[in-house]
Amino acid sequence: MMSAGSLQIMLNEGQPVAEHRPWRRVVVTAEIWNALLEGLAGGAWTMLGLWGETGMAHLALREDSSETMIVASLPCPDGRFPSVGRIHPPAQRLERTMADLVGLQPAGVPDHRPWLDHGRWPVRHPLGAASPPMGLLPPYRFLPAEGESLHQIPVGPVHAGIIEPGHFRFTANGETVVRLEQRLGYVHKGIESLLNGATIDQAARLVGRVSGDSTVAYALAFARAVEAATETIVPDRAHWLRALMAELERLANHCGDIGAICNDAAFALMLAHCAVLRELVLRASAACFRHRLLMDCVIPGGVIADLPADGVKTIQGLIAEIRHQFPPLVELYDNTASLQDRTVNTGFVRPALIKQFGCGGTIGRAGGRAFDARRQPGYPPYDQLEFATPVLTESDVNARVWLRIHEVEQSLSLIDQILQRLPAGPVRVELSSPGQITEGLALVEGFRGDILVWLRLNADSTVSRCHPRDPSWFQWPLLEAAIENNIVADFPICNKSFNGSYSGHDL
Amino acid sequence: MRKLLFQNLLRSPLTIPAPAPSEAALAELAAKVDQAARKRLGRSLSIREVDAGSCNGCELEIHALNNVFYDLERFGFHFVASPRHADVLLVTGPVTVNMKEALERTYTATPDPKWVVAVGDCGRDGGVFAGSYACVGGVSAVIPVDLHLPGCPPTPMQLLQGLLALLQAQDSSQGS
Repeated sequence: MMSAGSLQIMLNEGQPVAEHRPWRRVVVTAEIWNALLEGLAGGAWTMLGLWGETGMAHLALREDSSETMIVASLPCPDGRFPSVGRIHPPAQRLERTMADLVGLQPAGVPDHRPWLDHGRWPVRHPLGAASPPMGLLPPYRFLPAEGESLHQIPVGPVHAGIIEPGHFRFTANGETVVRLEQRLGYVHKGIESLLNGATIDQAARLVGRVSGDSTVAYALAFARAVEAATETIVPDRAHWLRALMAELERLANHCGDIGAICNDAAFALMLAHCAVLRELVLRASAACFRHRLLMDCVIPGGVIADLPADGVKTIQGLIAEIRHQFPPLVELYDNTASLQDRTVNTGFVRPALIKQFGCGGTIGRAGGRAFDARRQPGYPPYDQLEFATPVLTESDVNARVWLRIHEVEQSLSLIDQILQRLPAGPVRVELSSPGQITEGLALVEGFRGDILVWLRLNADSTVSRCHPRDPSWFQWPLLEAAIENNIVADFPICNKSFNGSYSGHDL
Repeated sequence: MRKLLFQNLLRSPLTIPAPAPSEAALAELAAKVDQAARKRLGRSLSIREVDAGSCNGCELEIHALNNVFYDLERFGFHFVASPRHADVLLVTGPVTVNMKEALERTYTATPDPKWVVAVGDCGRDGGVFAGSYACVGGVSAVIPVDLHLPGCPPTPMQLLQGLLALLQAQDSSQGS
């Protein structure tokens, strides 16, 4: 068992990278890399991200006991690195992505199937030494399930609802799901390649569209990474307005999700009422910040514009309205046995898996993992605000509904506090220009979980490399575990209770 | 539940009055829509939504069309689960290379007469994702498009005005 702080000690052996902020990035040897992987597999720390660029693999880690965050970088001049996924399964899809996009090969893995690359792009390894495609890839082989009377159900990429595309391959015995395997990558837009060489303004717009439902959280993570890299100090009022937008986004999405989960149990009344709440939030957002989803409102250096004169009143009215309308809906959910019959004990995820995957957001907190990036590592103004981090341990669809309910209540309280104590002053500053290569890292709590953005800026302040990591990377695989032994008909409700992002994952 | 339902009986509806159809959409449709198709579709249109690489922003606003404020179904529009049942394909996104074939197959699976509405700035020309190796860039690069509803994302009101123009285009042809 490693002691607290051992991550720091281990990385003291490595070569620290200058101008990486606010946490350290350290270039390590293969020996340290392998020791890090052992600690990861042993549960001593949590993986926050794994990405690559030509000749280098990056691994972001967090040691829970000492609350240390760090990026370890392994040079791989021959294009190979010791596989993380070999001993730590949560890394497998990330590694397959590194092989697809950068051409870095994880050594020692049994699964060599591509992940995002479906063999259709006009280029191979777009983020590495780009080369023409090799021709048709072999057909994608889904993992086998063996036994009597099994049948397969292929679903997607085009789904029945108004939702994002992806493929689900079910193997079922009668109605019971024996195995689900996801195949994603259909909405891969090549965002990381578009970010290379982009100006900060262009990049902010792109990162704000990695996943449209989390545009505030992504824009915030990008802005914080840029501000860390350039050592820009953002005015107080901007921090508070950012938190206001982030909580409005959380409120809108949670309200929508609570209704949509109930709708997947054919309880449309909840959807109708929750959709009203969601719409009210979006209208108030549009009235205050001129965009319903708040796209492009958080920018590096601050926020795009201040609240209008009647902004505080508008949002206070919204909060009062939701406080009036929401409790009867919670009561309705709580008192409808036929609905609970569908949600209780459905889609259970083992808390050990949640911990292993470092799964955040409502799924993590409904399964006993209390992590919330607003607290730890934390960012302003949350250190000055009072809020609880609700945690449940049942880890089923019902717990994920309740967690959202509790988080709606917390967001209402946070917005109240923000409006009451909003500091005066400017809402944006010019970014500093360090005139040299700098790097920044940020971790921000979106409604879905923690979003990581890492970036390197060139001396002329254009983006040299930027990697946004969606919380869904560590949530999608758990959906495969959650649905096992559930009936096929419960898949929609399980899926909706996760609400993973396709666009954020496929990038 | 009874209390909640009863309250709703007494409360005035939240639904907004129907907006006027979008002038720009009407102008685009006037040049494109086939007269015979108009006659056969009637006033009731089934919509199949296809996400061809969107960031999910457009989907959120298309969803909002179904809430009680916009209540799209009162106009005869209905979202369906299969392209086989659809008259209209509502397509979002810059059409990723990985979704191109799925979009083509969805289009082929939709019976004639059919209309294609490209939603969002991405659906028009790829939007912020234009130029990527992984995006075709615009729905019309893959299947014929009858109507573009730009915006990032378009608001439910803009979507509603655009879709109402579809109905108006039919009505005017039936009268003629």
